[in-house]
Formats: sequence, C-alpha cells, structure tokens
Amino acid sequence: MPSIIAVKNLRKTFGTFTAVDGISFTVQKAECFGLLGPNGAGKTSTIRMLYGYSPASDGELYLFDQLINNDWRTVKNRIGVCQQEDNLDPDLSIRDNLLTYARYFNLSKSGARQITDRLLKFFALENRAKTNIRELSGGMKRRLVLARSLINQPDLLILDEPTTGLDPQSRHQVWERLEELKNAGLTILLTTHYMEEASRLCDRLVIMNQGRILVEGRPQELIQHYVGREVIEISPPSPKLLSYLKNHGLRFENLGQRLVIHNQADAGLFTLLTELFGDLRCTLRPATLEDVFLHLTGRELRE
Amino acid sequence: MMRDFSISSRWVRVWQRNFSVYRHTWKISFLPPLLEPLFYLAAFGIGLSSLVNSFSYRGQEIAYLPFIAPALLAITIMYNAFFETSYASFVRMYYQKTFDAMLATPLTIEEVITGEIVWAATKAGIAALLMQSVISLWGLVHYPEGLLLLPLAALGGLAFAAIGMVFTALVPNIETFNLPIFLFITPMFLFSGTFFPLQNLPTWAQWLAQIFPLTHLTILIRACALGRPELSLLWSLAYLMAFFLLTYPLALRGMRKRLIK
Repeated sequence: MPSIIAVKNLRKTFGTFTAVDGISFTVQKAECFGLLGPNGAGKTSTIRMLYGYSPASDGELYLFDQLINNDWRTVKNRIGVCQQEDNLDPDLSIRDNLLTYARYFNLSKSGARQITDRLLKFFALENRAKTNIRELSGGMKRRLVLARSLINQPDLLILDEPTTGLDPQSRHQVWERLEELKNAGLTILLTTHYMEEASRLCDRLVIMNQGRILVEGRPQELIQHYVGREVIEISPPSPKLLSYLKNHGLRFENLGQRLVIHNQADAGLFTLLTELFGDLRCTLRPATLEDVFLHLTGRELRE
Repeated sequence: MMRDFSISSRWVRVWQRNFSVYRHTWKISFLPPLLEPLFYLAAFGIGLSSLVNSFSYRGQEIAYLPFIAPALLAITIMYNAFFETSYASFVRMYYQKTFDAMLATPLTIEEVITGEIVWAATKAGIAALLMQSVISLWGLVHYPEGLLLLPLAALGGLAFAAIGMVFTALVPNIETFNLPIFLFITPMFLFSGTFFPLQNLPTWAQWLAQIFPLTHLTILIRACALGRPELSLLWSLAYLMAFFLLTYPLALRGMRKRLIK
C-alpha cells in the first residue's frame, strides 16, 4: 500500500536542545493521522520538517513514496498547510487572500478563480468575499486559513492545531468540513491537544512527549488498552475510601481533590463503592482519550 | 555564493502580492512623491535661494535649485527603497507572518526576499518617476538625458533595498531600525553631496563620503538631470552595482539564517 508520509528516526535539534528525538511513523493514503502531545512535545517542529519549512537534523523522510532531500519544490505543490498562527494577509480581502495564495502555486488565473469560488462556498464565506481580514471573527479566519491551505488541491493536508482558540460552534463547523474532506479521500495530518478533536477525526494517532513517541494506535484501542471502558471518579476522596482501595489492591490515581480509577477488572466496583461509601460524589463515565493522554504524559503543567 | 541559493522566476509572485496591495492604497502612496518636491521647491526655491548665490559645481556655474532638485530625487529613491525592506518587510515578516505563509508554498526564502527587494526598488522607481514629472514642470530636468533617471532609480532602489533587507535580517525588534537610520541613513542624507557640494567638506570627509551609495546615486542623477554626462560617472555606476551585488547575497543569507530554523 502506498504511504503518503513515512518518517524514520526523524530528529530536530536546536543547538543543544532536542525538539524531536528520533521519531518514526507512517501515514497511509486517505487516513487522518494525529500528532498529540502537550506543549513542547515537538509536534510543531515535526510538521515543520514535513512541509519543508525547517530542515531535519537527522533521519529519513519519505513523502508520496519519495525520499526527500532538498527537492522540495514539486512536493510542496502537493501539500496544503494550515499553520498554527493566523497568518492571513491583513492587507488583502478574503477573496484576494485566496487568489494571491493561488499565485504562489503558479495556478492559472481562471483556475484560481474557480477554486476560490468553490472554497469560499465550501467554508461558507462567499458572502464575505470582499471583507477585510481585520473584520473577521476567529472562526471565519480559521475557515479562511483552511480554505487557503486547499487552494492547490493538495494530496496531503497538514493542520497545526486547527481549532485552537475557537468557540464550540466554530470548532464543530471546522470538524464537519474536515470530516467531509476526509470522506472525500484526502490524507490529513493533524496536531492538536484537544482530545475530543483527535478522537473524532483521527483514524490513528501518536502521543508525543519531550520529542519522543510514547504510543501509537487507534483512539478506541488506546483507550481500551490504557484506561479500560469506563472510569470512576470520586471527589473528594475520604481517608476511609483510600485505605479501602489500598487494602484491596486496586489501582487508582489520587489527584488530591479528585480520585480516578482506571482499568477496573470488576465491573461491579462502581456499585460496590457507592453502596459502601454512599455519601461520596462518585461518578461512572466512559473513558476518553484525555484519560489516556494524561495517564501517559503526566499531569504537571507545561509552560 | 549565489549557487547555494534557490531562486526561480517565481519571486515575481511575491512582487505581485506587494503590487496588489499597493494598487489598493495608491492614492495615499502617490501623495508624498508628488507633494514633497513642491514643499522643497517652495522652501529652497523661495526661502533659501535668495541666500545662496550660484556656485561652481564640477567646473560649471549652477544655481541652488537645479543643484538640489536632483538630490531630492536620489533621497526619495533611498527612502522609499530602504523603508520598504526595513520597516515594511519587518512588519510582514514578524507581525503579519506573511513570509511564514509563503514558505508553506513552493516559494523558497530566496524568492520571497528577492521579490521583496525588487518590489522595494519598484516602489522607489514609481516615487522617483512621480517626483521627476513634478520637477520637470519647473524645467529642472534636462531631456533626453532625463530619460536615464528611471533605470538609475531602479539601480539605486535595488541597492538601498538590499541593504535595508540586510538590517531586517539582523535587528532583534522593530525599534532597532533607529540605529541604522541614525548612523547610516541620516548621515548619508546630509553628507552625500546632496545639499552642498562635497568639495565644501574637508578632504578626509570627502573620501568618507565616497563610501555612501547615496553619494554616487546623487552624482549620477544630477549629471542626468543637468544633462552633463562625463566619463567619471562610470565609477559611480560601478560602485552602485557592486554595492548591490554585495548586499543582495548578504540579505539572502541573513534572512535564511533568521527564518529557516
């Protein structure tokens, strides 16, 4: 099966600092692949190497089954990039942003107009075509950045935190558009630290921390493997409960105000605990990717 | 050195981007080069000329107004080109992240910077052309030699744009541009044979002024505007070309170092 991205022992160092520490992964055609990780995990450094913005310090990078050295020009024609910052051109209108960007790809004038109209419609921006960038809401800006990244009709779409800072409505709208693109067969590489986003969009993903890949897999499999189907949350945990759990050899995570139990072997544990310690605020909820993420990358702040 | 750079004709796309923006704001962009010479002509022609008698410049008598009018052109070229690749390019690079967006396309950093430099020279050329048309109305430009002013503006524009971009590659923040402006641009503005002949300076200062690209641009433009071509102008022409050919690769290398990490 042809791979769209294949990365082998990719490294990125800045002086003595290692941002990406020898990672390997493969992305298949028509797949949505996620790079997850806390701030500073090396996600952005990784994808900057993948679209030729910054040269890799070491390792091999294959795009569209081709080993990439310095011959970026043709490859870049096939990649669309949605960078993290809103780097739309504030000196131009919505429509001119797209038309100008199309020129960077040497698109013909008529071709650029056609695809611009189509993208404006797809992202529900056609009524604002002449609006100045400065007047746009965060959600509209993001949609325009996304539209811009599709101007060259790429075979690979690279998204660096596409919904960071958006309100829930805008976020869902972006997700819907991305799902449509995915269903149409577009290969997508996505970084995010919204676990909901990753579970919803990604077929497979890796969780990174400090420049390394911790795990790779399908979201549901990772949840099943690391957390189980359900999670019990108790807040606040009483000393009595704590000693009960310890005495019965049950694994739990104590967060001070809150206590989390993963991987319960016994499906009846929740009922048992509510019966034994009925006065506690004890909830049973489905396990999420966020549980996996926090479990693997720890809970300390990354600043 | 140029062999290490990756440049195709695609830099034109960057130039086009700047030109599109300029077209939207041309009404404002056109005003300074049209009005500025009028202010200067009024100030120097009416105010100062009565104090300054005609004097000898390169062996010929000259009145003050024909002496200074070409210098104003040279200064306009310098300012337009230098400010475009310093402040304006810095804003696009640092605040608007326009270069980042461009680098996610098949454009290379060298093409982005080349497009910026050629655009700055174009802008300087447009300003010079507008100004030239105004001072021509006062009979201050000799034709047909005056037709050479546009290519000279392009060359001078390239030289000042390239050195501006060198500073953009170096400054840590936008305030730091004050330094090259205070130490480089302002002394050039005053001591390049612009407002008084270089002979009025002590010999050492005359030699020092030979380093300034504005000295040579002023000499060239003045010779064309006065219709007094001479062989020694080739030296000034060569100097400006050499200045550009040195600063342009420096700008490319500096910006690659700054942006590609």
